[in-house]
Amino acid sequence: MFIAAALAGRCGAERRRRIDLSMATILTAVGFMAALGLLLALLLVIANKRLYVFEDPRIDQVEDLLPKANCGACGEAGCRPFAEKLVKGEIDPARCSVNSKSMNQVIADFLGVALSAHERWVARLACDGGGNVAYLRAHYSGLPSCRAAALVSGGGRGCTWGCLGFGDCEIVCDFGAIYMNRQGIPVVIEDKCTACGECVTVCPKDLFELHPVSHRLWVACKNLEFGDQAEHHCEVACTACGRCAQDSPEGLIQIKDNLAVIDYSNNALASKVAIERCPTGAIVWLEADGTVVKGRDARKVLRKGTKGALPAV
Amino acid sequence: MLCVLCAFAVPITAVSPVMKHQTAALSSNDVPNTGHDSLIQRISMGLTRLLNGHKTFDHGIYPIEHKELTAGKPIRRLPFADELIIPLQQHKGRASLPMVKVGQEVVRGEPIAVADQFVSVPMHAPATGIIRAISLTTTAEGPKAPAIILKVYHAASQQVLYGSEQDIEQMDAQAIIQAVQDAGLVGLGGGAFPSHVKLQPPPGCEIQTLLVNGCECEPYLTCDHRIMLEQTELLLRGIRIALRATGAQRAIIGVEDNKLDAVSHLRARIPAHLPITVEAVQTKYPQGAEKMLITALLGMEVPAGGLPAEIGVAVFNVGTLAQMGELVPQGRGLIERVVTVSGPAVKNPGNFLVPIGTPVRFLLDQVGLNGPLGQVILGGPMMGMAVASLDVPVTKSVSGVVALEPEDPTLARRQVYPCIKCGECLKACPVSLNPSMLGELAVAREYGVMAEQFNLDQCFECGCCAFVCPSNIPLTQYFRIAKSINRDAQRREAAKHH
Repeated sequence: MFIAAALAGRCGAERRRRIDLSMATILTAVGFMAALGLLLALLLVIANKRLYVFEDPRIDQVEDLLPKANCGACGEAGCRPFAEKLVKGEIDPARCSVNSKSMNQVIADFLGVALSAHERWVARLACDGGGNVAYLRAHYSGLPSCRAAALVSGGGRGCTWGCLGFGDCEIVCDFGAIYMNRQGIPVVIEDKCTACGECVTVCPKDLFELHPVSHRLWVACKNLEFGDQAEHHCEVACTACGRCAQDSPEGLIQIKDNLAVIDYSNNALASKVAIERCPTGAIVWLEADGTVVKGRDARKVLRKGTKGALPAV
Repeated sequence: MLCVLCAFAVPITAVSPVMKHQTAALSSNDVPNTGHDSLIQRISMGLTRLLNGHKTFDHGIYPIEHKELTAGKPIRRLPFADELIIPLQQHKGRASLPMVKVGQEVVRGEPIAVADQFVSVPMHAPATGIIRAISLTTTAEGPKAPAIILKVYHAASQQVLYGSEQDIEQMDAQAIIQAVQDAGLVGLGGGAFPSHVKLQPPPGCEIQTLLVNGCECEPYLTCDHRIMLEQTELLLRGIRIALRATGAQRAIIGVEDNKLDAVSHLRARIPAHLPITVEAVQTKYPQGAEKMLITALLGMEVPAGGLPAEIGVAVFNVGTLAQMGELVPQGRGLIERVVTVSGPAVKNPGNFLVPIGTPVRFLLDQVGLNGPLGQVILGGPMMGMAVASLDVPVTKSVSGVVALEPEDPTLARRQVYPCIKCGECLKACPVSLNPSMLGELAVAREYGVMAEQFNLDQCFECGCCAFVCPSNIPLTQYFRIAKSINRDAQRREAAKHH
């Protein structure tokens, strides 16, 4: 009996001692972690005070008003750098071509600046040689991409300057502003186009250019051959006949390297007179509603559809 | 209408799948035996390779050679075409400047265009005739480019009447380099890099070893093989000129071991006092690539983005040196070259001495065709380029014209499957890139990443990766697109800074 009691007493003391010991360990750990946390917090506090950089809170607010498409159409790397420049007053809110006009007005009002009447820019294609008018010299059967086709002997198109029609531009356009028409030529929907320039970069034939919408007179050709040689490959090629240059006010159109080139610094002089006598309809007038007007003397395009001429897109 | 279209239309396809199809077509043609035969052949080929122990580089592939079509055919001269088209840009560097007028009469061998600065070469009239035009013409690269069009006088004797004897032994290195430039010599193996530029190493580099490239690893091509056999004296003279100009101590002729007859032929004819040796290397594609040959023969590696001159090596094609040996002592210009015309669609394949500027259409008319034409490739089927028009001329860089038959539509439709990460392309890539990763980046259009992190610029588009890919992924084509987009971006960037 005694022995049992003594044994029980000893065991109880042992257990208490062990609990004390583990309590001490836990407390040490908690204490250490708390001290470490405090120390690091202190460091952060100091760093926060010492390394503080003032950032205009308006940058975040303006950025929230931007479309965040990061397309680069404004000329900046993305929406954040654009917002920074806006707040600094270095750039015009109207430069964002993705935002609607009213949204840009909101930004201008918020920043207290005037919204300039910045003109919308759009991408324009300098080729209209669809499958119905432009001929093929070879069948290309590789990767269905303009870039790939252009790397194999310039592609199967007879006109080596012309559109290959595989629609690389349609694929890269983030805004759905380009679609391929029945003849395999990309069409830019002006309302959706933000002039981000992706199509300009991807086109292996450099056929896209960015222009203000007020540039209504347009040469839809890049062929540098003269007369019959140009027409040999495409019915709507510029043959460098020079009628457009003769008919329009001096200084507006020049024939350079067998191609009519419009000097857009004289855009105010441009009128439909220039297109009227073009025999192939290579120079066109682009109406605001998206219709393409050809001159009265332009040869009528008789073949319709895509018969046997273009790569299957 | 259809006929007209057929006459003018030449199918063009990506470079690399061509060979793949060839393999398939070959085994389906002679049906029952081929399987076993080719297996036994392959095993015996593998054994020979193992036992021969010839030097080589890591990785690479073994495409079917098809060289038997023309290997035994001596070089023959072809008649002159009615009109020769001489593009002003047939070489790397700046285009030549024409020095003739339309309507001017020229004699064979007369200079008709001068070099524009150092990295450029002059052009010489490939025939006696009259300059019909200097205008834009179709080129094999694609965009129309200015060219001199020469109407040949068929009644003329077509003797080379232009040139002046030069004594090589009396000339110093600079004079030889100038003479090589005046001869309009460029790399005739296909690179078309002006030869005189390679003879003059950049400052700080010294050429110790001259490598003479007689590998000819492209299937079908045999022109270098024939040159080694038939123009041995000219080749050796060319090597001596190049040794003199570069100051190199030794020259090694590297020849693939499928041309051992050329090896023994050359060995028997090299004078003992010359520091020239001949070495056989394994028959493997792309053994003929400059960097691969250096690795195989010297065990050295050209630094990434660097020149062979930086490790003291200059590499010249046998055809280039044979022409150097012929032209420089006579003070003449490059007006013709040896071209292999071969392929299943050609009736009389062979090796021909063709005047520069001869249209491919004329060449194919001369050799005859078996039937309808499929792809026509300038160069070999691996790295050569399918042409989109038969009106393109044979230029200084065209070592072969390979005409294929039209593809079976079922074979032409190459279904592309996803990458299964088998790693075959990594095992094939001779410069040890990661084509699988590069391919996936290309699909994601991450062209910048491909160049910056995965050494896209080291790829020389040999086509091994696409050749071995079991999923039919057109890897080489992807890389060519990526490189072209990067080049355009760089050009835009440069234009912005100016």
